[in-house]
Amino acid sequence: MDRQESGRKPFRWHILVFLLPATSVYTLVMIYPLAETLRLSLFREVDNSTVFVGLANFADLFFDSRWSDQFWNALWNNIYFFIVNMLVQNPIGIALAALLSIPRLRGRSFYRTAIFLPTLLSFVIVGFGWKLILSPLWGVAPTLLDFVGLKFLFAPWLGKEAYALTTVALVSVWQFIGLPMILIYAALLSIPEELMEAAECDGVTGAAQFWKIKLPLILPTIGIISILTFVGNFNAFDLIYTMQGALAGPNFSTDLLGTLLYRTFFGHQLQLGDPNMGATVATVMFLIILSGVALYLFVIQRRITRYQM
Amino acid sequence: MDKNTCKAGTRFTAGIAATAFGAAFALGAASVKAEDVTLTIESWRNDDLEIWNSKIIPAFEAQNPGIKIVFAPTAPAEYNAALNTKLQAGTAGDLITCRPFDASLQLFEKGHLASVNDVPGMENFSPVAKSGWSTDDAATTFCVPMASVIHGFIYNKEAFKEVGVEAPTTEAEFFAALDKIKEDGNYVPMAMGTADQWEAATMGYQNIGPNYWKGEEGRLALIEGKQRLTDDPWVEPYRVLAKWKDYLGDGFEAQSYPDSQNLFTLGRAAVYPAGSWEISGFNVQADFELGAFLPPVKTAGDTCYISDHVDIALGMNAKGKNADAAKTFLSWVASAEFAEIYANSLPGFFPLASHDVKLEDPLAQEFVTWRAKCESTIRSTYQILSRGTPNLENTTWVASANVIKGSESPEDAAKSLQEGLASWYKPQQ
Repeated sequence: MDRQESGRKPFRWHILVFLLPATSVYTLVMIYPLAETLRLSLFREVDNSTVFVGLANFADLFFDSRWSDQFWNALWNNIYFFIVNMLVQNPIGIALAALLSIPRLRGRSFYRTAIFLPTLLSFVIVGFGWKLILSPLWGVAPTLLDFVGLKFLFAPWLGKEAYALTTVALVSVWQFIGLPMILIYAALLSIPEELMEAAECDGVTGAAQFWKIKLPLILPTIGIISILTFVGNFNAFDLIYTMQGALAGPNFSTDLLGTLLYRTFFGHQLQLGDPNMGATVATVMFLIILSGVALYLFVIQRRITRYQM
Repeated sequence: MDKNTCKAGTRFTAGIAATAFGAAFALGAASVKAEDVTLTIESWRNDDLEIWNSKIIPAFEAQNPGIKIVFAPTAPAEYNAALNTKLQAGTAGDLITCRPFDASLQLFEKGHLASVNDVPGMENFSPVAKSGWSTDDAATTFCVPMASVIHGFIYNKEAFKEVGVEAPTTEAEFFAALDKIKEDGNYVPMAMGTADQWEAATMGYQNIGPNYWKGEEGRLALIEGKQRLTDDPWVEPYRVLAKWKDYLGDGFEAQSYPDSQNLFTLGRAAVYPAGSWEISGFNVQADFELGAFLPPVKTAGDTCYISDHVDIALGMNAKGKNADAAKTFLSWVASAEFAEIYANSLPGFFPLASHDVKLEDPLAQEFVTWRAKCESTIRSTYQILSRGTPNLENTTWVASANVIKGSESPEDAAKSLQEGLASWYKPQQ
């Protein structure tokens, strides 16, 4: 009998107890607000009372031109913002990491720190700093271009519809270039020396070594960076807000989903905040990010070959 | 090692207990001492903290022993959101600084603001002054008007003398003066940028516009649906704005509001399309003599109209615990004494009550004389017309900036504004 009792496993309460603090905090600050946002998006305020309207808010957002013009504009801008970030940030990040991992490089830790530093700065500092640099009145950009005789290339980029979004996207790239660089640099360092020696024995040297051996080995890291960039870009708000204001001028050309959400939810100047429509925009953003991450996890990540090192 | 941590832990807890006890004791002592009623003012004017604390509050407290006032401002951009949250949670102060029009009207309708109809002194305000804080039928007023701001142009007197131009009064003179300044080449003719967009609408369109739509007449006709934004009186100001482009500084497209202010106060620009709220800042920053002129009229002798826009008021928390004390304070805000202190400590914010207030600042005095010369109106987009989506005020910002930049023609801009307004506003459909 004694043996039987000790054989039956007692319920392991301590697991629950240890999980409880983290779960409750997470539920309180993440899951509950998320659920509440999803709920809010299904309601609407009519004559000072809240009524259930199903998906009507979403229909308005997608198809009623009072909302949809702004929404599709913001979504397209956001996609463009993401594309610029991906196309510029990742190749440069990889190149920088490759340069940093050259064994003979001097002052490596200085470069590493200097390039990574902007990532640690607050958006406000980066935003205002670049706004000043690019200012046609007091900025150093026109002066510097003048020094090299290229003054004619200068334009008030942040004020022109055609350039503003690209400019802001490049500032964002400048700020976050350190992230892919440091992650890829770490991945490059973890490639064992023997592998490279073996490659040399097989006659793979120089640039071919990078393309044929190192790049395939760091592909999973590049995947992770892409998904981080995706999530970051579709949540982006701070940089636009500090550089172009909540109206994301000129003429909404730098409006992202984040700034649209801000204006809708909190209101702006005479526009009163609309929590329900705001929650609708937030829900759409959530779904976009969720589907992007799901696509990566279930489709792309499974196809990336991982090598045992 | 375990023992040490344990000991440190005990000491730490003891420390917290002692602090908590001390704090409780201090609080207890404070509440024993203060039997007075304390009123807290919610405000977005954190720039005015110093003036409230050193001038306005002492003046009131000297006359009303037993009432203490605490001025507790929040950052302007966060004010509306923070106030709403506080009101819903029941932690807002007794007195609430009111934004004009719908933001405050909504608070009143939700029962957060009390009516101030019976506050002594309310009879000193004209209906236009009260319009920003009254129900649509004007029956109930829920905030005591404090101040308005007047639009016009501030100019650099020395620059004008140097170039040899006079302050213009008509549209033709205005552009002639700008041409001459531009030719001279020493000054940027006009300091304004379109980066922040609101300047284009507020200091551009709403500044010169009333002369074309005839102030209140046009504004009310628009609200009643008798005029359209595509009618000439509303498009004409855009045609004039479109000409401004040539007189703004290089790269004005990316010039922000502080950039424009600095450009002017550093003496690099001759004219600044202004609101009177700039006066106190400019007095400190600029080391040249400042002058002001009215928005130019079309032909000499025309009636002039100015935008004398109601901007700030003070209301009473409907759920406040000290309603009587709050009423006492509000009635003092309606008095001549408050008007005099406020107007002179904040030149450029003009009292709305009918008291005869003497202004010491010459520039502010210049602005306020316009009230006697011209017809006053408020910004056309503020009352009722910005209630829906798309919001007329915000779309006017974007349209005005586009017109000045030249990326949209005046007619197209007016057309898109009209379409936006008509999409939700019945009288315009």
